[in-house]
Amino acid sequence: MEILILLLALFVLSLFLGVELIVKVPPTLHTPLMSGTNAVSGITLVGALLAAGSDSSPMLVNILGFLAVTFATINVVGGYLVTNRMLGMFKRK
Amino acid sequence: MSSTIVNFIYLIAGILFILGIKGLTKPATAVRGNTLSALGMLIAVAITLLDSAIVNFSYILAGALTGGIVGGFMALRIQMTSMPQMVALLNGFGGGASLTIALAEYFSKLGVDASSFAELLAPVVLPSNAFGVAEEGTVTLVSIGLTVLIGAVTLTGSLIAFAKLQGLLKKSYGLPGGPVGNGLLLLGACIALGCLIINPSQAVVVLTLVALALLLGLFLVLPIGGADMPVVIALLNSYSGLAAALAGFILGNTVLIVAGSLVGTSGLILTKIMCVAMNRSLANVLFGKMADAGEIIDADEVYAGKVTSAQPDEVAMMLEMAKRVVIVPGYGMAMAQAQHAVRELADAMESRGTEVEYGIHPVAGRMPGHMNVLLAEAEVPYDKLVEMDRINPTFEETDVVIVIGANDVTNPMARESEGSPIYGMPILNVDKAKNVVVIKRSLSPGFSGLPNPLFAMDHTLMVYGDGKKAVIEMTTALNQG
Repeated sequence: MEILILLLALFVLSLFLGVELIVKVPPTLHTPLMSGTNAVSGITLVGALLAAGSDSSPMLVNILGFLAVTFATINVVGGYLVTNRMLGMFKRK
Repeated sequence: MSSTIVNFIYLIAGILFILGIKGLTKPATAVRGNTLSALGMLIAVAITLLDSAIVNFSYILAGALTGGIVGGFMALRIQMTSMPQMVALLNGFGGGASLTIALAEYFSKLGVDASSFAELLAPVVLPSNAFGVAEEGTVTLVSIGLTVLIGAVTLTGSLIAFAKLQGLLKKSYGLPGGPVGNGLLLLGACIALGCLIINPSQAVVVLTLVALALLLGLFLVLPIGGADMPVVIALLNSYSGLAAALAGFILGNTVLIVAGSLVGTSGLILTKIMCVAMNRSLANVLFGKMADAGEIIDADEVYAGKVTSAQPDEVAMMLEMAKRVVIVPGYGMAMAQAQHAVRELADAMESRGTEVEYGIHPVAGRMPGHMNVLLAEAEVPYDKLVEMDRINPTFEETDVVIVIGANDVTNPMARESEGSPIYGMPILNVDKAKNVVVIKRSLSPGFSGLPNPLFAMDHTLMVYGDGKKAVIEMTTALNQG
């Protein structure tokens, strides 16, 4: 139960931190913000790797893990690349 | 690798994500921020791969290759006008990843190695602590259930949003009973969630939950049309983060929780900004209709005999005299791919000494910041893109406003006619300028279905036709003049 409280505290504090950070993002950067945070949410890749690579589990778990790795990698690779491409355009002349 | 070291690396990754998002608060630091964030991802993934629980790399390699190729291809080939579709798809994949992780976790705890679907559905005898001892087990099950629910809604909702933005799906469908139908689906999903927590041994319960949640995502977004898409995309963005954070609770993984909640709040704040910019509540966007109040206004009555049209070269003559011009873009500019032509027109005016700025309404386009990205692509400096609150006081000193492909966000009825469905919506007060030029295909109404009295005003000129073509003709005439 102690661990749950710690995780919950982490969750709630991160929410507050998120609000403080995000309200400062100017409207000009809202689209890169969305694609960039999308890439960050690809952090699910970490969980996906554990599911896809475990051995003791039934085959179904590996297949679901494979799907999860695929989805999360699209998010990570696609998200960071497209954000980088967009931000490259926001340069002062 | 001890779990202390792993968690320490996760902490560093979390810090890099935070610094990365902090970098996005200024255009000058944004690229570096994105790189920092990617670095955080890299070390989090690298340290996870060293985990001793990972023994089988074939599925990982197959998934990473597929995902890397698809993601890379999409990111490098997508056109800036199609960016809303891209973001919608990425949201969907994020939801899909969380959904499949939760399911993988559930089935690995269940431990059934089913060779057929029927075998999978057969109830199994589970030790009471399969998902953890006492409350711990309940927490895991609640997390699994919620991740499945939100992940699945995000997946199908985003796919529908993608199909609509891409123009694959033109009509809007809804469940009979509208919100009631969706409510019943949600109720069903909650019941399945409750059953899962009470008795986790039956896979059929989880699969029912998946099916209901997938349907819920489908019918939540199906009835929502065009101009409301910015809200939907921002909301799904938030869901994809929330699902990731919940997946963190299943796995007890700190970096998932931190990253997921940052994304969750980001999407939620954008959702709120979009709703405020439309003067509508979230519930109204998701379940309501727009034009359900006020008497029906006859378009003919508003326009009859009062609309003045002009040719691009006549507008060019007007622009020659102008000291200050504001360009107001809308979704129509994206449709016509006119952003480069608009930049060239602005260049031509600036070379004559005219001051040019762009007035950007928060919900112009199909997602937050859509117009900014398009104009940035056309190499318009970002300090020329002025947000609504700052541009509005300047319209009175503006000689000419060029509205290209925008409609409802300039409708003065939002300010003046109480009882109008859009009354109270913050708009760009372009009608306060000395002259207004509206480039538009016809007098057809915008998303609200309302006529726009701006078009009939004495100081407004309508230029009918394709936005790109009209702007190019203006530039040519201006350069010759």
